[in-house]
Amino acid sequence: MKKIVLALATLGIALTSGAYAQNAKTLRLGTEGAYPPFNFTDKNGKLQGFDIEIGDALCAEMKRKCDWVTQDWDGIIPALKAKKFDAIIASMSINEKRKKEVDFSDRYYFTPGMMVARKGSGYKQSDLKGKAVGVQLETTHSQFMEARYKDVNLKQYKTQEEANLDLANGRLDLVMADSAVIDDWIKANGGSAKFERVGDFVRDPILGNGAGIAVRKGDKDLVAAFNKALTAIKANGTYTKINNKYFDFDIR
Amino acid sequence: MIDLQGFGPQLLEGVLMTLRLAAVSLFLGIIIGLAAAIAKMSSIRWLARGVDILTNLLRGLPELLTILILYYGVQNLFNAIFEDFVEVDGFTAGVAALSLVFGSYASETFRGAFLAIPIGQIEAAKSFGMSPFTVFRRIQLPQMWRYALPGLGNLWLVLIKDTSLVSVVGLQELMRKTQIATSVTKSPFTFYSVAALIFIAITVVSTLFLRWIEKKSRRGVRMG
Amino acid sequence: MDLISSLLELAQDYWPQFLRGLWTTVQLTVLSCLLGFCLAIPLALARLSKNWLISGPALVYSVCFRGSPLLVQVFLIYYGLPSVLLQFYGGDVPAMRESFFWPLLNAPFMLALIAFTLNTGAYMAEPIRGGIQSVPNGEREAALACGMSPRLLTRRVLLPRGLRIAIPALSNETILTMKATTLVSLVTMLDLMGAAGRAFTQTYDSKVYLVLVPFYLVLIWAIARIFALLEKRYNRYLVRKTV
Repeated sequence: MKKIVLALATLGIALTSGAYAQNAKTLRLGTEGAYPPFNFTDKNGKLQGFDIEIGDALCAEMKRKCDWVTQDWDGIIPALKAKKFDAIIASMSINEKRKKEVDFSDRYYFTPGMMVARKGSGYKQSDLKGKAVGVQLETTHSQFMEARYKDVNLKQYKTQEEANLDLANGRLDLVMADSAVIDDWIKANGGSAKFERVGDFVRDPILGNGAGIAVRKGDKDLVAAFNKALTAIKANGTYTKINNKYFDFDIR
Repeated sequence: MIDLQGFGPQLLEGVLMTLRLAAVSLFLGIIIGLAAAIAKMSSIRWLARGVDILTNLLRGLPELLTILILYYGVQNLFNAIFEDFVEVDGFTAGVAALSLVFGSYASETFRGAFLAIPIGQIEAAKSFGMSPFTVFRRIQLPQMWRYALPGLGNLWLVLIKDTSLVSVVGLQELMRKTQIATSVTKSPFTFYSVAALIFIAITVVSTLFLRWIEKKSRRGVRMG
Repeated sequence: MDLISSLLELAQDYWPQFLRGLWTTVQLTVLSCLLGFCLAIPLALARLSKNWLISGPALVYSVCFRGSPLLVQVFLIYYGLPSVLLQFYGGDVPAMRESFFWPLLNAPFMLALIAFTLNTGAYMAEPIRGGIQSVPNGEREAALACGMSPRLLTRRVLLPRGLRIAIPALSNETILTMKATTLVSLVTMLDLMGAAGRAFTQTYDSKVYLVLVPFYLVLIWAIARIFALLEKRYNRYLVRKTV
């Protein structure tokens, strides 16, 4: 084992042409880049979305230079811990489980969960026994379904996109996801003529208290700086401007 | 260039990243493979045995696993060793994993190729008074390529497709670009089909090129 | 030896998941390789056919399945097929679910198996074709001189000899297929790699990936062993060349 580790280490050192020490002044922000409308990469390869604009506004408020780094969702907390970036602004819901791993800022938005089915299915939230329900793996929505609906046929997908596809395909009876995200997808895929919401919006402690900015445990100064900036942009109207650009409802 | 809802240029960028990854990994992989093959044939027992175990390990593990272990493992190691943060970026980790795996497979191809050189030639060279190193440089190395080429060609084709695995470490190669385009445009089948066609095109072009170069390498030699 | 003890701890916490993942990996590997082998033989013969109406399609098949990433193939088969079927039923989901194909299309395992079989079949056909081609010409001529028909020649001489020559290469293809099963997370299934991924997102401890190493080593050792036995059994008539 030692030999392998040693060999790997030598190789790693030999190959770190791309490795560089971090510039202490620049703040590095991690995001997924594949979660429209919150964060996504547009056709020019530029990061766009609500998270990105909020992040940029916060940096402007804090008068710090920020760089964005994209990272797969699965590895986003480990990458933060491995110091690949200093904060995650990627629509990460604040919940107890994650609080054990990272520290969160105040919430910067809140959207409830939503269940969606094909038009005319007439399901009720109180009776989903045996239904095929799709969620994205390792999200608060999958944790919610696992805890609250033990009698459904739960299918976990790597991305929300794949779960949505299977809803359209007819493999799934319904999908449980963030309301803003699923709304964005429905609009692009036939709208309310083809899909319908099942029951009310879902609010539950497991779903967390909205999305926060995650930093490494103990990074108190950074949390304080983010919170201060967040209050400022909410007060000076910047937040509302960004909100209205993406949503026709208030997600504060 | 077909527009593809505006994502054509993005996909092209992905193709370039895929080719760059594959080309750098091919280059490093050949060096690693040659070194490993020589080590495996060396008379130093522990070296030959150690390299043999290591290459078998790398050939056996799923490439994805190798990439993840390198990416997280080496990063954590660096964090422990260096006080300053030194980043192992996705490209480095991706290239390291791909070239190590390529090198492990190639070492077997190279070993076979060295062994395929008729022993009589080596004996003849020795009787001319050539040192082992001269024999290696003048007789074995130049001829070995001819035998190794078909095997290396196959490994190259595998390598091209394996680049799609490194998207897990945040590299924006063709497959990752495809997935991003899919999530924004919501038309997955178009983009996945296009990605498949691009990979097939790269494979076909590579195959034709390999055939040509193999033919060239056999000039003046009657094989078989 | 801190590392070892923390690895053991991880293995202890997650072993049921790992075992279930292992079972998926083993099932998929064994079934898709067996079925792929059955597909590879006619494919290899078709590639060798002098009639281009037979060899042409076989070549296209081979290029498509060997030329594109398996990830894309799995995606198109798993997510593409039902949407094609749905179009056929004019978007009527309840009607589609009554259809004859639905039970198959609704089973991730079956579709993954189909994708893997089609893929590994294309790969296995190559060494089999090579094996048939490298049957010494003398044997071919001798068989023809004995009055064998081309069909009998294929059945009695070319295939048995070619397959034996191909055994080592087939063992490589089997290992490649086993490694490729990591892709089934795309179709909501949990293989060995997926189990580790799940454990990883629960603990955020990247060491879980190291726990997988011995699992895969055992699998590879088993595959190598099986093929070594096959080789010993079927190639026992070959006199080993002494170096």
